[in-house]
Amino acid sequence: MLTLPMLAVHQPKSVDEAVALLRDIPGARLLAGGTDIVPNLKYGMYETGNLVALRGISRELRYIREEESELRIGAMCSVDQLANHARVIELFPSLADAASQIAGPQLRRMGTVGGNLCLDTRCVYINQSHFWRSALGYCLKKDGTVCHVVKGGQRCVAAASNDTAPILVALGAMVRLVSPRGERIIPLDDFYIADGVKNTQLARDELLVEARIPLAAARLRQAYGKLRLRQAIDFPALNFGVTISVEEQKVAALRLCVGALAARPALVRHVDELRGRPVSTPEEIRALGQELGLRAQRQCKPLTNIGVDPEWRREILPVLVRRGVERALLS
Amino acid sequence: MNRGAGRPNHQRVSAPSQTQVLVTLHINGETQSVAVSSQATLLEALRDGLGLTGTKQGCDKGDCGACTVLARPLDENAARASGSSSRGEPILSCITLAQDAQGLALTTIEGLAGAQGLDSIQRAFADCGALQCGFCQPGMMLSARALLDSNPQPSLPQIQAALSGNLCRCTGYTKIYEAVQVAAGMRMPSHARPVRSEPAPGVDGPRVEVKEIAT
Ligand SMILES: Cc1cc2nc3c(=O)[nH]c(=O)nc-3n(C[C@H](O)[C@H](O)[C@H](O)COP(=O)(O)OP(=O)(O)OC[C@H]3O[C@@H](n4cnc5c(N)ncnc54)[C@H](O)[C@@H]3O)c2cc1C
Ligand code: SF4
Ligand code: FES
Ligand code: FES
Repeated sequence: MLTLPMLAVHQPKSVDEAVALLRDIPGARLLAGGTDIVPNLKYGMYETGNLVALRGISRELRYIREEESELRIGAMCSVDQLANHARVIELFPSLADAASQIAGPQLRRMGTVGGNLCLDTRCVYINQSHFWRSALGYCLKKDGTVCHVVKGGQRCVAAASNDTAPILVALGAMVRLVSPRGERIIPLDDFYIADGVKNTQLARDELLVEARIPLAAARLRQAYGKLRLRQAIDFPALNFGVTISVEEQKVAALRLCVGALAARPALVRHVDELRGRPVSTPEEIRALGQELGLRAQRQCKPLTNIGVDPEWRREILPVLVRRGVERALLS
Repeated sequence: MNRGAGRPNHQRVSAPSQTQVLVTLHINGETQSVAVSSQATLLEALRDGLGLTGTKQGCDKGDCGACTVLARPLDENAARASGSSSRGEPILSCITLAQDAQGLALTTIEGLAGAQGLDSIQRAFADCGALQCGFCQPGMMLSARALLDSNPQPSLPQIQAALSGNLCRCTGYTKIYEAVQVAAGMRMPSHARPVRSEPAPGVDGPRVEVKEIAT
């Protein structure tokens, strides 16, 4: 049995009230579906006695609508809702696919889009009971001074493990953040920072209100890929989103974002060189997929932060990327 | 246990006394107030606070599905917006805070049987022998019930997907899938005779009542 710390659960009636509570109560954290924060609290990963629950304002934040040439997804939409939403499936099938592969059926009902985007990073050395961690010795992410993954490392490299992030980055999504000081709208790609201890630029009193995807991105050929040991429940051992704009049977633009490697999802660089590649036959598509896969492999270094063999993850990455490109362009 | 000198001062460790909170839960059609510790999960409130021990504690961290209960927002409008079926959707009570469950209408395994006796899914599990140790069974039956409420004639892959968040370490799942199909009226149990009418091996006298094993 794992015990939680003692908790006061605050029930705001609006977003404004929620962020005011975050500002006024030191150490307070948001509670959405709780599927990430509750296990982490049981592991003693956070020092907090105060949670600000969003369930009471889920109506304000539970929507998927088209507005100003964007698809806007409210933070309290469940992952299940996202996976099964007719417009999402039609416009961004890769996103619906990613959402449908998150965890298991119960967790998809509980887990929210906001919670998924703000998921804490994961590592085999941190998502463990307090006793386990105290036995091995604490690490940088909580209470310690060393990293067990990168010897001598000064920065936590626990893995960004959320399934919606890589594909939303590849689709060029933005996020709207609200705090008592007002709001800001930033690219999701800038939202993440490469530090596993605090992996987003969310301020302590800030709330992610919605994700916005340009409707123009619906024209992109797109695919999502996920490696996991079992077909349900498991977090990704690797995941990626790929989007390709095709004009006159040639690649006009391409984005590949890979997750579950380090503290933030990573856009693979130097893909502009693949512009102009012909993609009119299955052979050309396969060749593009292989080329992109090799670039990803050169830039991505799977670590022992996830309990799945890094050599295998490294070997399988180009294969999965190639298959993703084929799914995107052949379907 | 020697906890070591440099050990940080975690609240759980230094916990002086447990703060009690009064939570109001809506379970199986009844509203009940129960005093629980502020640390309590919904699972602990059900089992320790209300004596509803049909909901099981397996991993206690969201992995196994043994603690599954059905939930729908109390507020009917919100329920409609979220597309909840009548008894709601399966959620995990071990990672739901009791304090955060007050806005939910919950169904536990104790609430599945109705005025007409056992629910069809409970009867089918018994008829098909879809259990061995039975630990996964309450959660499994609730996930299956939620599936049949929203999709009365599911395909086998749909059944497998709907139950993929409920782990069973004994049966190998085959009979569980069969029981869901039997409950949906899509097939007969593969046994010639219903299991419940056979004497239990090595046991004299009447067999345990279905009601006792299937709730
Ligand atoms: C067994 C298991 C398997 C899982 N498998 C997967 C998987 O395969 N893929 C995957 O992506 N996830 C997985 N998860 C994680 C989780 O279920 C999902 O990511 C879920 O969407 C998280 O949402 P939540 O609402 O439950 O988050 P919560 O736990 O409520 O919150 C997570 C974090 O985000 C913060 N937060 C929540 N909402 C907001 C907001 N609106 N603004 C700012 N901060 C916010 C919280 O303070 C907290 O720090 C798994 C979890 C478990 C227990
Ligand atoms: S990456 Fe290193 S510092 Fe971060 S959680 Fe893992 S062991 Fe700890
Ligand atoms: S007890 Fe295992 S998921 Fe809740
Ligand atoms: S019958 Fe034993 S776990 Fe399923």
